[in-house]
Amino acid sequence: MKKIDYLLAGVGGQGTILASRILASAGLELGYDVKTAEVHGMAQRGGSVESHVRWGEKVYSPLVEHGMADYLIGFEMVETARWLTYLNNNSVTFINRFRIPPLLVTLGKARYPSEKEIENLLQSRGGEVRWLNADDMAKDAGNPAMAGVVLLGALSNLVGGGQEIWLQVIKRLVPARFVEMNQKAFLAGRGAGPG
Amino acid sequence: MKELMTGNEALAYGAYLSGVRVGASYPGTPGTQIMEKFASFPGVHAEWAPNEKVALDVGIGAAFAGTRALVSMKHVGLNVAADSLFYAVYTGLNAGLLIACADDPGMHSSQNEQDNRNYAKFARAPMLEPSDSEEAKQFAATALEMSETFDTPVIVRFVTRTSHSSSVVDVDPDAVPPPATEHKPYKREIGKFVMVPGNARRRHPVVEERIGKLREYAETTPLNRIEPGNDDWGIVASGAVYQYAREVFPEATFLRLGMVYPLPEKLIREFAGRVKKILVIEELDPFFEEQFRLLGIPVAGKDVFPIVGEFSPALIRQAAIKAGILPAAVSGFSAAPALDIPVRPPILCSGCGHRGMFTVLKEAGVVVMGDIGCYTLGAASPLEALHFCGCMGASIGVAHGMDKGGIPDRLVAVIGDSTFFHSGLHPLINTLYNQGKTTTIIADNGTTSMTGHQDHPGTGRTLQKQPTVKVDLERMVRGLGFNKVDVCDPNEMDDFRKILEDHLKSDEASVIIARRPCVLQSRERRTPPRIDPELCTNCGTCLEIGCPPLVQQEDCVSINEAMCTGCGLCVQVCPADAIRQEAK
Repeated sequence: MKKIDYLLAGVGGQGTILASRILASAGLELGYDVKTAEVHGMAQRGGSVESHVRWGEKVYSPLVEHGMADYLIGFEMVETARWLTYLNNNSVTFINRFRIPPLLVTLGKARYPSEKEIENLLQSRGGEVRWLNADDMAKDAGNPAMAGVVLLGALSNLVGGGQEIWLQVIKRLVPARFVEMNQKAFLAGRGAGPG
Repeated sequence: MKELMTGNEALAYGAYLSGVRVGASYPGTPGTQIMEKFASFPGVHAEWAPNEKVALDVGIGAAFAGTRALVSMKHVGLNVAADSLFYAVYTGLNAGLLIACADDPGMHSSQNEQDNRNYAKFARAPMLEPSDSEEAKQFAATALEMSETFDTPVIVRFVTRTSHSSSVVDVDPDAVPPPATEHKPYKREIGKFVMVPGNARRRHPVVEERIGKLREYAETTPLNRIEPGNDDWGIVASGAVYQYAREVFPEATFLRLGMVYPLPEKLIREFAGRVKKILVIEELDPFFEEQFRLLGIPVAGKDVFPIVGEFSPALIRQAAIKAGILPAAVSGFSAAPALDIPVRPPILCSGCGHRGMFTVLKEAGVVVMGDIGCYTLGAASPLEALHFCGCMGASIGVAHGMDKGGIPDRLVAVIGDSTFFHSGLHPLINTLYNQGKTTTIIADNGTTSMTGHQDHPGTGRTLQKQPTVKVDLERMVRGLGFNKVDVCDPNEMDDFRKILEDHLKSDEASVIIARRPCVLQSRERRTPPRIDPELCTNCGTCLEIGCPPLVQQEDCVSINEAMCTGCGLCVQVCPADAIRQEAK
């Protein structure tokens, strides 16, 4: 059973914690040992956040090592680029074509890099980069807040598990009234990949 | 059955299954969810106390009464509760008492990164440290048994990466806690429970003798063990760091310490006799290292690994390579090419009431002594209104000291409602009693927002969602003897400005209750204002309030409507009258 290391990166409030729970539970369903690490509290107030999720035969550390991430799931463009050092030349990055300008940028004190610059930066690690308009797809499914679930849908094509397993996990972890919407968002993402 | 749980959840689950029926806590990252999870189990009483000391006294009382108890807090919470910890070690208990305490190496959400293992040694309380969630569940049971066997509170230490990491826990769906009738009777024991000097003098030798017995226990408990491997290097580690070290040194012999105080001397000597060299890997203080050195056992430790910050497998690997303990990495990943990624520190939410308050305070040019909570973010750019933040409740006392120390004018203390209930009352009384004239602003958003909207004595609800008395802040401070008390919405900036200036002019100690519900909790939304591009001069004044939806474009400022809550603060600050909003 091959280890699979994931890093989920976004802005506090974007739903990285829920997405990492879905991903971790799916791994458990697929028979892996699983660990996650996340950050709560002050960082959650609109700051950079990252969640680590690890699948393996036996997982010790909940933290992914630099250069060892198999998948980087970026909920926002510069937040994806921020975790670059975790990638290697076999990594696959799913990046949401979505910007939340940091305050320094809105104040005109820093520059938000262009899409091309971010693409080049991620490509420089030698891995694969897949762009998704996850916010738009989530909006179509009912709410842009589900962008993370769209990204998981795209990712699910590459890491195993029939869609039933994933849909069941979503059903278990999402409040009842949002289940259908989230499953729809997941399937939209799954339909968009691998490509 | 296997289930994913965070360490926080698993500890609460283990405590529940072990018959704990009373829990008390004050929220604090990373330990908050321990009590939230415990509160969800049937047949238990769980409460948010105003602060950690009260929580610990409640837990001690429950254990005196014969009921197993759980008290949880973040690392600095134990500073607040330390007085009670020290007496409880002397008195002992009647039923088991588990104190779960979560350190925050790297300070993800804290003002310091103190190593609470020192408290175990300082207070003479045994301490366990789980390395994953399954251990957190098991150690809860062990801690409660130890607590009753040795008649002492037992501390279970977490760090952020054990509190907020999920891993697999064995769950027996049929498991139930022992029935409530298994309850130890309470009896009056003056010599044990009344810590007057005469009795305390008799208890201190009991405490020292107990630590001796616990040291013996540490030799044989399966929580401490040698994991055999290659004996060239023997690795000493506990908790989350054990897991990191296991990945970096997969072949080495390990001394795995699940019980971090007191340490097993014989087992350590056996380990030292077996391996060629010893490497102690521990976050923060050289706690194990010093005890090894006292035994005359040479080790590598803080000469290899840093004393500051959080560890990770990568950090351990790099430090070991640098020290020549591991060979240099073969592949070596290239350093990131230069591209300026703008930093993204945490910020006040769109629509937050603290924003109006700090905008007015900054404009008024007052010295602002701050406190712990979301409003600490008022220190950051562009608001830059806060001059100080130290620990829970420090704002008011420090402001009074500054007043007496020579900054009597235009000085305020700012403290949140939950923090005020935690430790603001005593310094507020002090200001009044000692003839200060500080204006104290209670930033009342009706919840403990930073840690995730926990209830407190001013919300009218208990942790277990029971309606209860709602302590009225205004009546309370008037009851103390404050005559000058005003209540206002700080995002109505003109009102707040007038009240503030009136209070600053006054020669008596006074209180402003700046009340606006936390927007993240109330979810209140109004139609976002519109910016008239013809009127907007792009002067940037509105950007100075640091509200996330406001973005400077080439010709004018725009509002990201998806992020805007329609609070209308930007409408009030625009000098060109270019931002308009429909009337409420």
